[in-house]
Amino acid sequence: MNIVVCVKQVPDTATERKLRSDDKTLDRDAADGVINELCEYAVEEALRVKEAHGGEVTVLTMGPSKATETIRKALAMGADKAVHLVDDALHGSDALATSYAMAQALKKIGFDLVILGSESTDARTGLLAAMLAERLGAPQLTLANKVELSGQSITIQRLTDYGYDKVESTLPAVVSVVEKINEPRYPSFKGIMAAKKKQVQTLGIADAEIDAAQVGLAGAWSEVVDFAAAPPRAAGTIVKDEGDGGSRAAEYLASKKFI
Amino acid sequence: MAEILVLVEQVDGEVKKVTLELLTLARSLGSPSAVWAGPGYSADAKARLAEYGADKVYVADSAEIADYVVAPKAELLAQLVGSAAPGAVLVAATAEGKEIAGRLAVKTGSGVITDAVGLGEGFVADQSIFGGGVNVHSRVTRGTPIVAVRPNSTAPVATAGAGAEEQVTVALSDSARAAKIVERVKQEKGARPELAEAAIVVSGGRGVGSAENFALIEKLADTLGAAVGASRAATDAGWYPHQFQVGQTGKTVSPQLYIAAGISGAIQHRAGMQTAKTIVAINKDSEAPIFELADYGIVGDLFKVVPQLTEEIEKRK
Ligand SMILES: Cc1cc2nc3c(=O)[nH]c(=O)nc-3n(C[C@H](O)[C@H](O)[C@H](O)COP(=O)(O)OP(=O)(O)OC[C@H]3O[C@@H](n4cnc5c(N)ncnc54)[C@H](O)[C@@H]3O)c2cc1C
Repeated sequence: MNIVVCVKQVPDTATERKLRSDDKTLDRDAADGVINELCEYAVEEALRVKEAHGGEVTVLTMGPSKATETIRKALAMGADKAVHLVDDALHGSDALATSYAMAQALKKIGFDLVILGSESTDARTGLLAAMLAERLGAPQLTLANKVELSGQSITIQRLTDYGYDKVESTLPAVVSVVEKINEPRYPSFKGIMAAKKKQVQTLGIADAEIDAAQVGLAGAWSEVVDFAAAPPRAAGTIVKDEGDGGSRAAEYLASKKFI
Repeated sequence: MAEILVLVEQVDGEVKKVTLELLTLARSLGSPSAVWAGPGYSADAKARLAEYGADKVYVADSAEIADYVVAPKAELLAQLVGSAAPGAVLVAATAEGKEIAGRLAVKTGSGVITDAVGLGEGFVADQSIFGGGVNVHSRVTRGTPIVAVRPNSTAPVATAGAGAEEQVTVALSDSARAAKIVERVKQEKGARPELAEAAIVVSGGRGVGSAENFALIEKLADTLGAAVGASRAATDAGWYPHQFQVGQTGKTVSPQLYIAAGISGAIQHRAGMQTAKTIVAINKDSEAPIFELADYGIVGDLFKVVPQLTEEIEKRK
């Protein structure tokens, strides 16, 4: 089984995140880069599928050279090898352009199963898995909190507003995961050492047969017109409960016409 | 006036509030056409859509559309984008709505904007990013603008539209039939409004202490007609189901009123509720960061404050 897990480096949500004033893209130098949290769950799920059904786990990331830190993290968790899609021409790609570039890379690598986190903490669009399924013509098994394989068929539980849907398809398929699916492992010391020796192949846009006109800022399908820091919320009223806290809160709600 | 397609969200044939909001928004930008996708269509549903401004109602109510994950709805919309050449397509910015938007964008070679909290002239969208820290104006530059709009971005206003019905048949491709829904499992917690749509949300966190104690939160929610939410600490502990998690890796809500009880206000929680109009916090730690956001905060024990608040509201009803 050829499992490809897509991971992304994102600015740490615990630090202040910014857009660049020049080209209005994410300022990747302003904050520490970390692996997107949901990608860790994706890596974990990929490793569990491999442990249960055999095969190989390839990490795929698109991002600047700095993103190798994130690749190493996934390799240290236990993935076998990695492909780094890296090219200056990709800078500023929006969701459509990113899905196009990733789909081209996935076609090059080949896959039975593609696994992603359902959303990244920076752009939070939640679009990539659905777009990849569309571009690859593969079944969309997204928002999974459980994945089961049996031969060539795969079943997931898809998180919904009312609970979940049980969804079935055959392989190859595109799966995205939510955070309750598993508990990602910590890389062991041995894993960290081994990761240093694992193969990381870099692909430029020409290698992946990506049309330069369809990616990057110039190829984007959408643009940021302008942006500004949100005005801070006005300071509120904070009271200490002296036995009447609930009543006072009710008074406040009444004054705001909520009751 | 440009035709604006609005994908209808419905539960068992009942039109959801977010759709009425999108129709209201579409009316300010052109002529709204509601798109019904899946079974459950009725004269009542049509009347509701027309009441909120739908000039046209496209109806594709074959059961098959709801039998597979996302792709059939994207194919239906792509077909309508081809035949009607609309000015824009609006969907609700729910997890599924965004996935539909994503596939539609690929199919039609159009740009897509997600989580808009407003939409103005030239289809310039307002977005609030990085957990509410930065406000952005953005727009689609190629193809038909596809915009996923967050629930509670606009107040729905009734203004009659012509409501001309047009049946649509869509021949699903094989790839749209690739991921089949074989079972729907409902794990609903009472008859409460849906979290993303609710005007009022009452959320509980680690301070609530146990699954049983969430009954306190539910009771307060029920007196207010509110939805219940939970922090990740509470869903991780298994006290409340995951679909009710508010925050970075849960749902984003923008209600009129958000009440947080026993929640510290970590940045990842704030990312999901920062755009609430009014925020009330109940926490025993006066230093809890949630108080930085609160319009009204009570420093105290939630096991005393929440029941008293519930009782006071009951009395005032
Ligand atoms: C990438 C990432 C994504 C995340 N996504 C989310 C997300 O989607 N949603 C989310 O919520 N979190 C998320 N988190 C977790 C987040 O960082 C916090 O850990 C979490 O929000 C804490 O939940 P809490 O406020 O309930 O618990 P705590 O931080 O432990 O706070 C509990 C609060 O309850 C108060 N309290 C205790 N007892 C009482 C009492 N009797 N009366 C009144 N107050 C009391 C305490 O003073 C404290 O302030 C994410 C974290 C990461 C790293």
